[in-house]
Amino acid sequence: MYWNKHYECMPRPQLTALQLERLQKTVERVYHNVPFYRHKFQEAGMEPGDIKSLADLQRLPFTTKTDLRDNYPFGMFASSMSEIVRVHASSGTTGKPVVVGYTRADLNTWSELMARTLTCGGTTKDSVVQVAFGYGLFTGGLGAHYGAEKIGASVIPISGGNTQRQLMLMNDFGTTVLACTPSYAIYLAETMEEMGGKRESCKLKYGVFGAEPWSEKMRDEIEKRLGISAIDIYGLTEVIGPGVASECQEKSGLHVFEDHFIPEVIHPETGEVLPYGEKGELVFTTISKEGIPVIRYRTRDISILYEEHCLCGRTHIRMHRVMGRTDDMLIIRGVNVFPSQVESILLDIGETQPHYLLIVKREGSLDELEIQVEVSQAMFSDKVRGLEDLGKRISHKIESTLGISAKVTLVEPHTIPRSEGKAKRVIDKRNI
Amino acid sequence: MVKQISLFLENKKGRLAHACRVLGDAGINIRALSIADTSDFGVLRLIVNDPDKAFAVLTEKGFITNITSVLAIKVPDRPSGLAGVLESLDTAGINVEYMYAFIGSDSKDALVIIRVENHAGLIEVIEKMGIQVLHGEEVYTL
Repeated sequence: MYWNKHYECMPRPQLTALQLERLQKTVERVYHNVPFYRHKFQEAGMEPGDIKSLADLQRLPFTTKTDLRDNYPFGMFASSMSEIVRVHASSGTTGKPVVVGYTRADLNTWSELMARTLTCGGTTKDSVVQVAFGYGLFTGGLGAHYGAEKIGASVIPISGGNTQRQLMLMNDFGTTVLACTPSYAIYLAETMEEMGGKRESCKLKYGVFGAEPWSEKMRDEIEKRLGISAIDIYGLTEVIGPGVASECQEKSGLHVFEDHFIPEVIHPETGEVLPYGEKGELVFTTISKEGIPVIRYRTRDISILYEEHCLCGRTHIRMHRVMGRTDDMLIIRGVNVFPSQVESILLDIGETQPHYLLIVKREGSLDELEIQVEVSQAMFSDKVRGLEDLGKRISHKIESTLGISAKVTLVEPHTIPRSEGKAKRVIDKRNI
Repeated sequence: MVKQISLFLENKKGRLAHACRVLGDAGINIRALSIADTSDFGVLRLIVNDPDKAFAVLTEKGFITNITSVLAIKVPDRPSGLAGVLESLDTAGINVEYMYAFIGSDSKDALVIIRVENHAGLIEVIEKMGIQVLHGEEVYTL
């Protein structure tokens, strides 16, 4: 099943010609409209006219999350604000988010890509799609929403949370396709089981899951427990949101929508471009976006690109499901969390030691974040209440800054392991 | 005024024993103790024979500890003995943060360690009732 066979199954020579044409246009656009890129290209001795083949892309400098943050909020936009019709944002390391803007054409592109993604996942115009990704600045909810609408499916824009209600509507409205994070899918399955299992009247058949790392084992579990076929989808706000790549029903790697993005895999330390089949950091260049194109954006996600043909007939190359990160960013319940964010919150509060440890667990099905903080002499008194209040204040600040709840545990000094070099700030106990 | 040692303890196996061992090895004798516990941690409060030394050895061993002034009073060891004291404090608007009691070896009275914000107010009420407030030295050497 394809949404757009012409592009999804385009012969490689034709596809690469299209990519080159679009790349040249994009480079031209950012060179003229975004001072950041103009300076970077000039430093590298590059002008738009120097892009004569796809290989020339490798001569352009990388773009990082820091670059986007340094140009907060709209400095990286290649369109004027009058052309921008939507803004989304993802959490940043310093409390300032990374902001992206979409023109009308970008929203059309995004809807198209999410229509392809959802079609890969089994959606047709007869489907009832329950979008349980969060709506708002987060790209998950609205991304899936517009894609499903473009297909002509019936969309239930329920957003995340309120599990009992999710299950009630799933049953009563005859939901056939579920879109959410994989951990939430498991949670829905568990709750469903507690309520007596999948009912005869429940029509759920397909799931499209993403926004956090998961595994084959977890897919098996979701498929078995919900009685559906589940696919992995990939995207990130900086590139467009969900809709960068998607598995097909072959479920062996995610097709990168190459008519809109050029993927590369690089060595995370040297920046050297690695051949297909080798593991490294994923880098994307957008070649059709207007609002905020990104050139060689370093995702920090680790994956492998495969050029072998897929049985589904799509010609777009595939990426391995994300295998890890090159930095210490955690993705918890779809939210990006950096240890440094927690550190600055602790420093702001100022009563604890700068020794802390983030422990992420997946108990049952939902990710749980625990923050261990060492108690200091200065904050300690003989009263329990003072300590409990401190724990609550930290917890509250974490929730209001990061947007996720965390359990704060006060521990004795010197119980958090010290290290000589880079401090170990994270223990990820999730088996994914 | 009596010096009380407070100690932060994680709810982890062996922490309380370790703290007591540190004191024991330093030749410090515990007179009274109480533990306030939450699900994650506890605060151990101790009256010992040598609070300054206890503070020094515990700090040296890396414990988070501090010294707080509390009051020790002798409450008649009979039904309503404590109730009468607390009612008077209540009437005087003195709020008890926490308290714990122990029975001295050679006394007909119960000894109560009591923590309030308003020490002067407490002493005034207690003395008006004819109840004895103990000095630190009296408690340490019990």
